[in-house]
Amino acid sequence: MKVVRLRSLLQIAVLAVAFSTAARASDEKAAAGVSQRDLQAKVDYCETCHGLSARGFIGFHPIPRLAGQPVEYIENELKGFVEHKRENKESPSSTNIMFNVGHVLSPAMIHALATHFHDLNPKPFGGAPKEIVAAGKKIFDDGVPSADVPACGTCHGADAKGNGAFPRLAGQLYPYIVTQLTNWAKERAEENSNIMAPIAHGLTKSQIEAVAAYVSYLE
Amino acid sequence: MKLLRLKSAVLAIAFSAVSSLAGHAESHAIRNCTWCHGTSAQGYLPAPRLAGQKRQYLENQLVGFSQHTRDNPFSKQYMWFATASLSPKTAHDLAIYFSELSPKPAEDGNQQLAAMGRKIYQDGIPDSNIVACIACHGPNAEGVREIPRLGGLEFSYLQRRLEQWGEGYNKTAMHPMPHVASQLSAKQIAALASYLSFIK
Ligand code: HEC
Ligand code: HEC
Ligand code: HEC
Ligand code: HEC
Repeated sequence: MKVVRLRSLLQIAVLAVAFSTAARASDEKAAAGVSQRDLQAKVDYCETCHGLSARGFIGFHPIPRLAGQPVEYIENELKGFVEHKRENKESPSSTNIMFNVGHVLSPAMIHALATHFHDLNPKPFGGAPKEIVAAGKKIFDDGVPSADVPACGTCHGADAKGNGAFPRLAGQLYPYIVTQLTNWAKERAEENSNIMAPIAHGLTKSQIEAVAAYVSYLE
Repeated sequence: MKLLRLKSAVLAIAFSAVSSLAGHAESHAIRNCTWCHGTSAQGYLPAPRLAGQKRQYLENQLVGFSQHTRDNPFSKQYMWFATASLSPKTAHDLAIYFSELSPKPAEDGNQQLAAMGRKIYQDGIPDSNIVACIACHGPNAEGVREIPRLGGLEFSYLQRRLEQWGEGYNKTAMHPMPHVASQLSAKQIAALASYLSFIK
């Protein structure tokens, strides 16, 4: 049972990745239509909220790190916000923020921004409790077999750097990851979101905090 | 006149050595501040309201004044002196004390511009790369941790703060305000300052 479930999860995962490489080629052409000046102005705008070099910032709510995120994942999320498939139910103001940001962006600009942020590599923001990091590493590497939770590295990469539709977790803000995993079913209803739903649901509060602390320090 | 007032303020600060302030509304250390910042620290122009401001933000500003990194003309003229002999402990106690006073809104902006200000505050202007202030200052402009409460501050203080970042003062302020303010037109600043002055 456990094995079957994990295997089907992985199949979805592999399918999603295979799909992503095909979609990539057509986007590359779209990036051509953006001037360096317009791109820089937009980057400065995004970094106003997402922090210098897009390393993340803690405003009224956590504003996630974008640096190093796979191009495809950034594009997926922007689409999710604009189509109202990704919503921040606990704090409606936070949803509107990224809807407003995203709906004026052309596909070419989205691709150029995603490529730009993917190539940045600032040091992690830090600040998570250090004493739970070791417990978090164990969850990341081995999962929680008793709760049917697979190892995170299987999909997010052994180094947590992500790939295609699988987001990078390395260096992500601790409070942001905790909020996402705690509220998963309420806030995220995008095409790929149901892959994570049983995993987020299977983790206890202290397991969520531990794994979030571990990945938040990874470079 | 101004000079005289300032001198006695400096003297008073030099003589005061108060360890614990909470509950001592009459203490010298507090009066040294409210003398300029108004009764219950509700603001007395050009000194802004301190009541209800976030503790961490107040402490950060006091460090900025004493290290001369907050360098706009009024800070230089008034607050550099006022913080010259303030110990970190007193600064910390004062910040706690002022943060716990309940704030009254100034309500002195231009009513006609408030709707425009509200729209920028909540949604930003994405086409012009102007950010939504709400992401950091909160749904009711109440602030959090080191991010200040803006709701109910004086119109002219808010306006001056935003203009001065655009003019290059206070450059070392915490990310991202110098950049945010430099993107705003005079009209947009007036609209934001108006809207914010009415928030309770
Ligand atoms: C006004 C502040 C603000 C601005 C400006 C802003 N963002 Fe965001 N962004 C946020 C917040 C807040 C969230 C978290 C939303 C949530 O929790 O649901 C977010 C989330 C995101 C995410 C999801 C990241 C993830 O790990 O899932 C992406 C992608 C993103 N923003 C891209 C951008 C881009 C690109 C720009 C510039 C065009 C931008 N943002 C500008 C505040 C902002
Ligand atoms: C079967 C593959 C798979 C496994 C295993 C997996 N994830 Fe995910 N995860 C995903 C996918 C796909 C997404 C993107 C979902 C979306 O686009 O909505 C994601 C998204 C996330 C996010 C949101 C990131 C962001 O920037 O918003 C977090 C946090 C996360 N996963 C943590 C974990 C943790 C912790 C584990 C291990 C306990 C784990 N994941 C295991 C596939 C997986
Ligand atoms: C001589 C008058 C004067 C005295 C005395 C004075 N202040 Fe000020 N203070 C000002 C003025 C004027 C400003 C506005 C500076 C500006 O325009 O940027 C200010 C600004 C501040 C700010 C920044 C507020 C913000 O929202 O950023 C803080 C904090 C502050 N004062 C705390 C104090 C404390 C604490 C004391 C007592 C130790 C004190 N002040 C004494 C005149 C004074
Ligand atoms: C990404 C977070 C962020 C965003 C978005 C943001 N601010 Fe700020 N703001 C801050 C921080 C942090 C400070 C404290 C700066 C310091 O300590 O020097 C601040 C300070 C201020 C102050 C000084 C208040 C005082 O008491 O002196 C004003 C005024 C202000 N912001 C207005 C705005 C306006 C208007 C907007 C929207 C156009 C905005 N901010 C958007 C983070 C933000």
